[in-house]
Amino acid sequence: MLKSRREFSGTLFQILTGLACLIIVLMVALILGNIYINGHGHLSWKFLTAAPEQGMTAGGIFPAIYGTTLLVLLMTVAVVPVGVMVAIYLHEYSSKTSLFYKSTRLAVSNLAGVPSIVFGLFGVGFFVKFVGGNIDRVFYSGKLVFGQPAILWASLTLAVLTLPVVILTTEDTLRSIPNELREASMALGATKSQTILRMVLPQAMTGILTGGILAVSRGAGEVAPILFTGAAYFLPELPTKLNSQFMELGYHIYVLSTQSPDVEGTKPILYSTVFVLLALTFLLNLVAILIRSQMRARLRRTV
Amino acid sequence: MNSQNPALSPDQALKRRALFASNLKMAHLKDFLFGKLIQLNAIAAIAIIFLIFIYVGKEALPIFYSPEAKKEASLNNLFAPQNYGREDMPLSYVWQPVSEVPKYSVLPLFLGSLKVTLVALFFAAPLAIAAAIYTAEFSSYRVREIVKPVVELLAGIPSVVLGFLALIVMASWLQDLFHFDYRLNAINAGLALGIAIIPIIYTVSEDALTAVPRSYREASLALGVSPWKTAWSVVLPAATPGIFAALVLGFGRAIGETMIVLMASGNAAITSWSFTDSVRTLSATIAAELGEVVVGSPHYSVLFLLGAMLFVVTFILNMLGEMFVGRLKRKMMGA
Repeated sequence: MLKSRREFSGTLFQILTGLACLIIVLMVALILGNIYINGHGHLSWKFLTAAPEQGMTAGGIFPAIYGTTLLVLLMTVAVVPVGVMVAIYLHEYSSKTSLFYKSTRLAVSNLAGVPSIVFGLFGVGFFVKFVGGNIDRVFYSGKLVFGQPAILWASLTLAVLTLPVVILTTEDTLRSIPNELREASMALGATKSQTILRMVLPQAMTGILTGGILAVSRGAGEVAPILFTGAAYFLPELPTKLNSQFMELGYHIYVLSTQSPDVEGTKPILYSTVFVLLALTFLLNLVAILIRSQMRARLRRTV
Repeated sequence: MNSQNPALSPDQALKRRALFASNLKMAHLKDFLFGKLIQLNAIAAIAIIFLIFIYVGKEALPIFYSPEAKKEASLNNLFAPQNYGREDMPLSYVWQPVSEVPKYSVLPLFLGSLKVTLVALFFAAPLAIAAAIYTAEFSSYRVREIVKPVVELLAGIPSVVLGFLALIVMASWLQDLFHFDYRLNAINAGLALGIAIIPIIYTVSEDALTAVPRSYREASLALGVSPWKTAWSVVLPAATPGIFAALVLGFGRAIGETMIVLMASGNAAITSWSFTDSVRTLSATIAAELGEVVVGSPHYSVLFLLGAMLFVVTFILNMLGEMFVGRLKRKMMGA
């Protein structure tokens, strides 16, 4: 009797925790299903390649796609070299007990937890007002050129936000490269920098690529940091200069769903825009996951 | 000296040695410079954290010294109840920065953030921790290989998409079910926020559970304890610091999340404890108002002050989370 009751509560515990898994999976399925069902119908070549029309209640989203692409490209150029070098410092150079190592570690993990809106404020205070303002003062004799929201500042703000992603993924990769490789290189008389540049980094290339892709997928989805650093409400012209403003997919979704005079009318466009953004981020994530699983398989073979 | 290459004349050998030496010197110089460059980048990573605080704080500073800002938005105005110049009115907390008498009480915003975050945590924590227990303790390999990528997928959904769904879809469902007074309210935003923080709570908890050594489980099972009892009274207590870290980090993520609450909470700064009222959170206030504010005005400074406060709160929460994870690691290493 006692035993069966114990068995019963055991089964109940397992069922409850299993149910939690099921609920999470179903929730994700519901979210993605809802967006797929409502979003794929309106999708067309014209939608992807045309500019918004009639107060954004018709037309396409090309400027937003273009702006997002340019934004994350600029971000990648800024974040990958810096992130990789910080990771190299953390894994190849520092002693794990030094104060400097510990503070860098702490800074990186805290950076990952700073709210995205605070990055937005930082972008305004530092990039737009301080850096941009000073560039204008020195090079343009006070004329307003860089001291205003622009795609350059938005992408640099995003670069700061995605820095931890690149650092942590690169560090993981460096950890997975066997030490014998470094030792062999050093034993042949190569300096540390030669070892890192010619032995370690080529081995770590796929991992760095993964970090870059994950950063792009994260950056493409963030809206709060670019609200005040360069995203434009409606701008049919494509950004051509570093100090142009731009349209962005996530911001476009926010604008359409909160400030549209006719929410029901814009719903198909809205859903399709969400669909495009999700497809973009998921595709990037998928590629990153595939590369990573391949890397893990290779690692298992070599060990 | 030139035993390998006897054809070389002494003169040539000398030249070659000099070349070799200079090459070596060059290599060492490059090595030195590369090392410095790397170190410089690490310094930059630390500096960014300070820069964020400095440049967000700098814009908030006028509140403490500028007479104009002090008149409108003194600390007294921000934190204490006011009657806003009308003796006959009761003292109250109001956030109305754009009105004839600007009112800057941050209390309704704090309350809003707290309410939404609590709903999110009460929704997400049980689900995510239970799911972590299941995948770490009971599930087959196949189930784990489904649940983990799904959670990763969820983590990859941009918050603006979740906000959009909460605004357009979920709010209507909840409205039909419960007939709230406000369609967009703390519960709606909190649930959407909960979905957003499930991945972090799940991942950190799962890490903590799998960090518990196998020997703990084996010892318990060998004593005849059932698997669920092992999970409940051996593994879970051992992983407590990690679970705690998951909650703290989830809380930090929720309180700073912007787009979801901006879109799904209704954004009315109401000072009440009711969860079915519309709420306006700290983060959403910054996002909604900074675009329209005059640069350098008291309102502008107050918004940066809110940002600085948000930064400090999340920074402390992160440190706490890190501390708990560190404690778990030490505990497991000692075992």
